[in-house]
Amino acid sequence: MSESAIIPPTEVATEVRAARSHIGRRILKNPTGLAAIIVLSLIVLSAIFADLLAPMSPTTPNIQEVLAPPGEGGHVLGADSAGRDVLSRLLFATRFSLAGALWAVLIAAVIGVTSGLIAGYYQKFFEQFSVWVISIIQALPGIVVLLAARAVVGPSLWIIMAVFGLILSPAFYRLTYAAVVGVRNELYVDAARVAGVGDLSIIGRHILSVVRAPIIIQAALLSGIGIAVQSGLDFLGLGDPNVPTWGQMLSDAFSRMYQQPLLLVWPAAAIAFTSIALVLFGNALRDELERAAGKPKKRRRGSAAYTPDTSGPAPVVHAEDREDGRPTLLEVNDLVVGYDQPDGTVKQVVNGVSLKVKKGEVHGLIGESGSGKTQTAWSILRLLPAGGRIVAGTVFFDGKDLAHLSEKEMTKIRGRRISYIPQEPMSNLDPSFTIGSQLVEPMRVTLGISKAEATKRALGLLARVGLPNPQKTFDSYPHEVSGGQAQRVLIAGAVSCEPDLIIADEPTTALDVTVQAEILDLLRELQNDLHVAILIVTHNFGVVADLCDRVSVMQHGKIVETGPARSIFKDPRHPYTKSLFDAILEDGAARGPLAHSADRNMLEEGAAR
Amino acid sequence: MKANEQLLVIDNVEVEYPAKGFGKKPFRALKGVSIDIHPGECVGLVGESGSGKTTLGRAVLGLAPVTGGKVLYKGRDIAHLGRKERRALADEIQVVFQDPYTSLNPSLTIEQTLSEPLRVKKMSGPDASKRIRSLLDQVGLPSNAADRLPREFSGGQRQRIAIARALALEPELIVCDEPVSALDLSTQARVLDLFKDIQEATGVAYLFVSHDLAVVRHLSHRVAVMYHGEIVEFGDGGKVTSDPEHPYTQRLLLAAPVPDPVRQEQRRADRRRLLQAQEDLAMQAGAV
Amino acid sequence: MLRFILRRLLAGVILLFAVSSLAYLLLYLGAGDIARQILGQEATQEQVQQLNTRLGLDQPLLTRYFGWLAGAVTGDFGASWFTNQPVIAAITSRLAVTLSLVIGTVTLTAIVGTALGVWAARKRGAADRTVQIVSVLGFAIPGFLIAIFLVNLFALNLKLFRPTGYIPIGTSFTGWLSTVTLPIIALAIGAIAAIAAQVRGSVIDTMRQDWVRTLRSRGLSENRVLYKHVLRNAGGPALAVLAVQFVGLLGGAVIVEQIFAIPGLGPIATQSTGQGDIPLVMGLVVVTAALVVVVNIVIEILHGFLNPKARIS
Repeated sequence: MSESAIIPPTEVATEVRAARSHIGRRILKNPTGLAAIIVLSLIVLSAIFADLLAPMSPTTPNIQEVLAPPGEGGHVLGADSAGRDVLSRLLFATRFSLAGALWAVLIAAVIGVTSGLIAGYYQKFFEQFSVWVISIIQALPGIVVLLAARAVVGPSLWIIMAVFGLILSPAFYRLTYAAVVGVRNELYVDAARVAGVGDLSIIGRHILSVVRAPIIIQAALLSGIGIAVQSGLDFLGLGDPNVPTWGQMLSDAFSRMYQQPLLLVWPAAAIAFTSIALVLFGNALRDELERAAGKPKKRRRGSAAYTPDTSGPAPVVHAEDREDGRPTLLEVNDLVVGYDQPDGTVKQVVNGVSLKVKKGEVHGLIGESGSGKTQTAWSILRLLPAGGRIVAGTVFFDGKDLAHLSEKEMTKIRGRRISYIPQEPMSNLDPSFTIGSQLVEPMRVTLGISKAEATKRALGLLARVGLPNPQKTFDSYPHEVSGGQAQRVLIAGAVSCEPDLIIADEPTTALDVTVQAEILDLLRELQNDLHVAILIVTHNFGVVADLCDRVSVMQHGKIVETGPARSIFKDPRHPYTKSLFDAILEDGAARGPLAHSADRNMLEEGAAR
Repeated sequence: MKANEQLLVIDNVEVEYPAKGFGKKPFRALKGVSIDIHPGECVGLVGESGSGKTTLGRAVLGLAPVTGGKVLYKGRDIAHLGRKERRALADEIQVVFQDPYTSLNPSLTIEQTLSEPLRVKKMSGPDASKRIRSLLDQVGLPSNAADRLPREFSGGQRQRIAIARALALEPELIVCDEPVSALDLSTQARVLDLFKDIQEATGVAYLFVSHDLAVVRHLSHRVAVMYHGEIVEFGDGGKVTSDPEHPYTQRLLLAAPVPDPVRQEQRRADRRRLLQAQEDLAMQAGAV
Repeated sequence: MLRFILRRLLAGVILLFAVSSLAYLLLYLGAGDIARQILGQEATQEQVQQLNTRLGLDQPLLTRYFGWLAGAVTGDFGASWFTNQPVIAAITSRLAVTLSLVIGTVTLTAIVGTALGVWAARKRGAADRTVQIVSVLGFAIPGFLIAIFLVNLFALNLKLFRPTGYIPIGTSFTGWLSTVTLPIIALAIGAIAAIAAQVRGSVIDTMRQDWVRTLRSRGLSENRVLYKHVLRNAGGPALAVLAVQFVGLLGGAVIVEQIFAIPGLGPIATQSTGQGDIPLVMGLVVVTAALVVVVNIVIEILHGFLNPKARIS
């Protein structure tokens, strides 16, 4: 990651403001969120003040007014099958339907969050126990449990909704449990523990703060389900006839559908609007949360913004040490790569890179994180992540400008002419397919050979990259091999269709030092045998020194210095290259023994085995 | 030699993680490890992934289950302390973790993070603020950093914050778990210099865990090399990192490429010869 | 694989036992004076006594429970208190109807939900927004409200065909289709919303995986990577959602059947609940729990096919 120097102060300032403004305030600025909150507030207010707002009694029947149309007899929305005022019933029904749903969600939250915190933080017995309880609760559809409960306790809104709360509690439990387990393994919780912070304090400070907002979102979504289930039960006629609810109104209206279809509209609209508002509120809150979090764990490559400037000083070019007669294979000219931003601007991560790779040479592209070296590599393959594209420049490969080829033509180049070795071996194999099938499939597609032929070649390649038991590796799934083996497999895949150029993106960075040395040996051997050109992206000068014929140094999306490797190592000229060389520790002196205990060290050296 | 001259003595420590599922063998991460650290000393701990180096650091911090041996801190065994006793050690032993992105709570400001250990020690608000400002100054960050959130800082800066948190209670030992591995080359050099300066100024001791021989060599007075849960070599930093005795350390040293094409060619040849010689030796041993 | 299935089956049987025991004890403990409730306030104490003896309610709870359990393992769940029809007969004659409805819905859901999810993930933009709006509506609006709307629309306004009633699939396939189409649509909309949202999310996540780039770099086209590799990896989480949806649909069918006047489990569930016909309620509990267990095992087996890691553990 880059030091502060390249983060422009304005960006920091806006970020600070964004982070500081409370999530509650931000949801009010979200149009969907605001609309949902307004609708919900109106519904809740009309429920609270139902006594004041209702023009008539919601329960007094009036035989003269049965199925009165809207407006007649002072019934603004008409009267139902017993001649009761629909508007008044609707207002009171809102009160009871909402209260029933909230009661269920409250019970669910109390049970779910508490047990989730306990099980997540202490695990062991609590966890086992919770798993069993949940599988029992979830062995039945909620409605069936509620029907069974209704069969014994009778038509009580509150008891039935309390049972429903119990049924919903696993949703809160899972959420809390997952958050707690995630957080308790975070290094910052370890650090707090080492700093002497107690368990309760850790739960309060580091864990509850993480689950608070997701709990609100879950509560909003579950309230909608609570309303649906409560209305459903009442619609079936299983509710308390003395308590008006939306479900009862719907049931009454449904039975009179042929006489007064309008009666269906009011309760249906109430249920639909409330549920939609709850879901939209939950979604808006989640969107805002995700935006606020900004995915802090994912170190976005090239996240620093640069001024789109493709001019600037030309790179320092070292003279070729001898006349190199090899023809140019890849020629990148003034390449600019950018990412489309939501606000319509383009964030540039590569600012005019020019570089040449000759046939059969190993070219190192070296730079620190955020320098744009990986972006350059991906844009040559035209495999930039979503939103990224080549904004300007040309990428000539064998006479064709890759920057302007159609996707179909580009697919023909990939694998067959230019291939790729990735950085993280373990995440670059499809976990659901065997290693063998992932080698065979591209060969069949790009070379058009038979399955038997491709299998034979794949086994040969696995042996060639030094895997001791090719058939076993061929039949293995990616999670069954080690990182070093996986990288050998990926190298085998890269050379399988005999390409002219391999783009290797930090091919040894994720590996242990001893494995790295083996992989470097393998790459050198293969390069010698196949005469393939390699563009190797790395931050490690040791890797460059080991493999590369020529080097280009990148900084801020540009090449600052380029030339033969030996020349650059002997005589770095650009100030940035020099500073990188100064930071190398390999050649530094050892610190030496602790001054006042030098004599003791001598003794211990002998004692150590 | 008297034990009380040493700050930390790790004596034949074993760590076993219980296996997942019945009938499976528990995983032995440490198989009897012994090292010691003097006050004010930096002991480097080098090894590859799975060697147990991080586990050893966590065992000292009380975050890994010690199933055998002793961890003597100032002569007292701290391997099996209760939660409360462990918390009392907070102003003696501290930690800096590898990943600067997950070692700070993203939703707490720097001031909140740094005040955490101070609040545990019941320091008053104004005193804590003053202390936080001096800590930030000590690690080379501006004092207005206190009000910001971790994501406003780069990796190197976050690691400085983590160092400030570790220094807050003026500990005598800091376990540093790969603290510079996630950083860029130039940042890494600056953070390492900060570690050195702080040690010279405060006399704190480090257990410095890293996979990188060059980093360890730069900072450590003595170096221990771990392999498969055991210490294979322990001694003077300069000696272990340039002229090692154990075959594994020799392989490790020659495996790291030197940033110089000419010398790297030489090293490559040396490595090939070494591997050949070790192979021959193994063959002979097998034949006998 | 066989060991895996056997282990899951054993766990399912234990779960079924736990659920039915719990349900039995809670139902009878909570019910109070059952004979009095059936006969009403006017009945004499003698009549109540007689009924208690006839229903076996004068015996201790545990004795009755073990009697019930012994019958249940042989498929005998006793008889309804009101119709005297054997519980098992009452349920099996209607189970097929409900299952045909639910399985039809799950099939439709899996196909349409996956297609919508992939479409949204692929095209993003307007397609994505459309699917997201559909998801919100489908998630928010209860299925029975959609059912009421459909009945209303077809019965009152379009008058295309009788929207309610049921023709068994054995009698006439087209007849069956015409009677289940509306109920299936009503049930499916919510489930489709859930599956589409899940598939969309996991396809987008999977497309971001490193190995997708690597496969593309080997010369495989975007479509090939999407349909062969990405969908398979995204399928696991979608299957889990489908399992949850299946359970939810069993419940949803109870209400929807009532609205469309379909003689499935829904009407007898409603009726037995209203009357407090505990033997029938117990039978329904056991049968639905058994269905849930079977569905979960099937889903886990499918998951094993998709994901080699799940297969091993």
